[in-house]
Amino acid sequence: MTSATAKAQPPTFTRRKPPANVRRRRFLVTVADHSFLIAAALVFLAPFVFIVLTAFMTNDQALSPDLWPHPFRFQNFADVFSEAPLWRYALNSLIYGGLATLFLLASSIPVAYALAKLRWRGREAAFLIVLVAMLLPPQVTVIPVYVMWAKLHLVGSLWPLILPNLLGDAFSIFLLRQFFLTIPDEYLDAARVDGCGEFRILTTVVLRLAKPAIAAVALFSFLFCFNDFFGPLLYTGESPDNWTLSVGLAQFRTVHQVQWNLTMAATLIVIAPVVVLFFLAQRAFVEGVTLTGVKG
Amino acid sequence: MSRAAEAKLPVVRPLDRRSARRRAAWRRRGQVLAFMSPWLLGFTIFFGYPLVMTAYYSFTHYDLLSSPKWIGLANYRYLFSGDPIIRTAISNTLWIIAVAVPLNAIFAFGVAVMLSRARRGIGFFRTVFYLPALVPPVAATLGFVYLLNPATGPVNNLLRHLGLPDPLWFDSPTWAKPSLVLLGLWGIGNLMIIFLAAVIDVPKHLYESAELDGAGGWQSMRWVTLPTISPVILFAIVIGVIEGLQYFTQAYVASTIAAGSAASATEGANSLGYPLYSTMFYPVLLYQQGFRYFNMGYASAMAMLLLVVAFAVTVIIVRNSRRWVHYQGPAVR
Repeated sequence: MTSATAKAQPPTFTRRKPPANVRRRRFLVTVADHSFLIAAALVFLAPFVFIVLTAFMTNDQALSPDLWPHPFRFQNFADVFSEAPLWRYALNSLIYGGLATLFLLASSIPVAYALAKLRWRGREAAFLIVLVAMLLPPQVTVIPVYVMWAKLHLVGSLWPLILPNLLGDAFSIFLLRQFFLTIPDEYLDAARVDGCGEFRILTTVVLRLAKPAIAAVALFSFLFCFNDFFGPLLYTGESPDNWTLSVGLAQFRTVHQVQWNLTMAATLIVIAPVVVLFFLAQRAFVEGVTLTGVKG
Repeated sequence: MSRAAEAKLPVVRPLDRRSARRRAAWRRRGQVLAFMSPWLLGFTIFFGYPLVMTAYYSFTHYDLLSSPKWIGLANYRYLFSGDPIIRTAISNTLWIIAVAVPLNAIFAFGVAVMLSRARRGIGFFRTVFYLPALVPPVAATLGFVYLLNPATGPVNNLLRHLGLPDPLWFDSPTWAKPSLVLLGLWGIGNLMIIFLAAVIDVPKHLYESAELDGAGGWQSMRWVTLPTISPVILFAIVIGVIEGLQYFTQAYVASTIAAGSAASATEGANSLGYPLYSTMFYPVLLYQQGFRYFNMGYASAMAMLLLVVAFAVTVIIVRNSRRWVHYQGPAVR
């Protein structure tokens, strides 16, 4: 461990060997840091471990102090799917997340472009309004919006959650604008000199350069929809056919009072896709970032 | 084709140039309008109009079935002096903001500093600390209600094993909010990543000159690290307070699950705030009043108060920040 830490030190320190007491203190600080990190990592992982283990237990084991399931009861997962229409919920989550993300990208990208790359009077004021809309709690406007959807007879469906994305989303506009600002104006001017209209500049030059940012916004948007609870509860609370996984999971426990093993199995089923998506997208992100780094 | 166009070329007179320029300006304006149109429409339909309507509804009695009936200031009078629960809801919300926001920031900062100094396994640790932030809030809350359930939960098993007191957690009016704070600390990931990026970005030469001036570890933390990353601290506070004002999902799920009485989404609303209104937060009460009891006028009055507070809080924090937030780069003054 000592030799490893000495080797890892940056070259500026290796020029002259620091005195023994300094080296010892550095070593102790490193050990303290790492033991704190390891302890904290164990605490952070513990909930996952307990959720996974409980998901494989029999109901009796889940209620006992046992930590390790014996035998592993894989039947739990089959039971969960037969107890609640999880596929239906998953499909609804997918519809909500997929359509919302698609609409949001189509509507937010041009707005972000106009806020970042077109010059016009009132641009800064417009951006400030976007910021305010982003920061104010959604509860401030939720009542008239709900009344509006009720009058259109769309309460009970997922449309009140999907359709507003056709008209832009403050957070996505903000993120995309920040990224568009980093694109050098020279690229756009070159395209303009070649007789390119703004729309074509956006669809060819900007979209190509902003791919990683667009991927990030799409991922955030999809995760937001997948995790969203307030929206689906508000609009589909009374119509179980349209529940998303979030709402369905929140109701699951209530049907099965004390069956923690099944509840944790259902919880695991909801967590798993997000974790898988993270590990898949992480690679895509790193690749995207390195690609732009090479090109820039 | 091109020859034909050439043949038709109009004679350019000096006056035409001005009108051409004007036409170009109008075209540009039309272009901006076209690009901005989704947001303009969205802002009007989903923000501007609802804001006005919320203000209007707040002066009415409205249950969605019959049309709104004007009742003047009655909703506000009930809000400020009649409602027996609202005081609890407000103080719970202030409690969670006052406790969770600093705790989250300190914890995220601490983990970020440790990570920035770690010599190996940074990638692994970063993933471990970030992962819980990805877990859907409903799933995370369910997991914690299980982990902390008083009779058979693993946490209380461990505490009893160690001979420590085993609280009732989500079933106890004193421990329900601290349990939610623990749940929040578990999901610290995003904040931690932001702090980590900021801590790594602190220029090395600042530490070196501090060391030359004889600053120890704590002093260089206080006088170099903290001032340099102060914009990120401000960001953490603003976002934390704003999220605190919207705190809903975890409270809703924890109270309904812990109460365990619900059989449908609608009945679940009856156990909101369980136990003893200790998890009744302002947005939860607003939801209950507006969408379970359909007191939409009263809920609108609550929304107006929330609007004023959220707006004021943002302005106050951003204004006062000038005193202690240090932005790098050339001085603006």
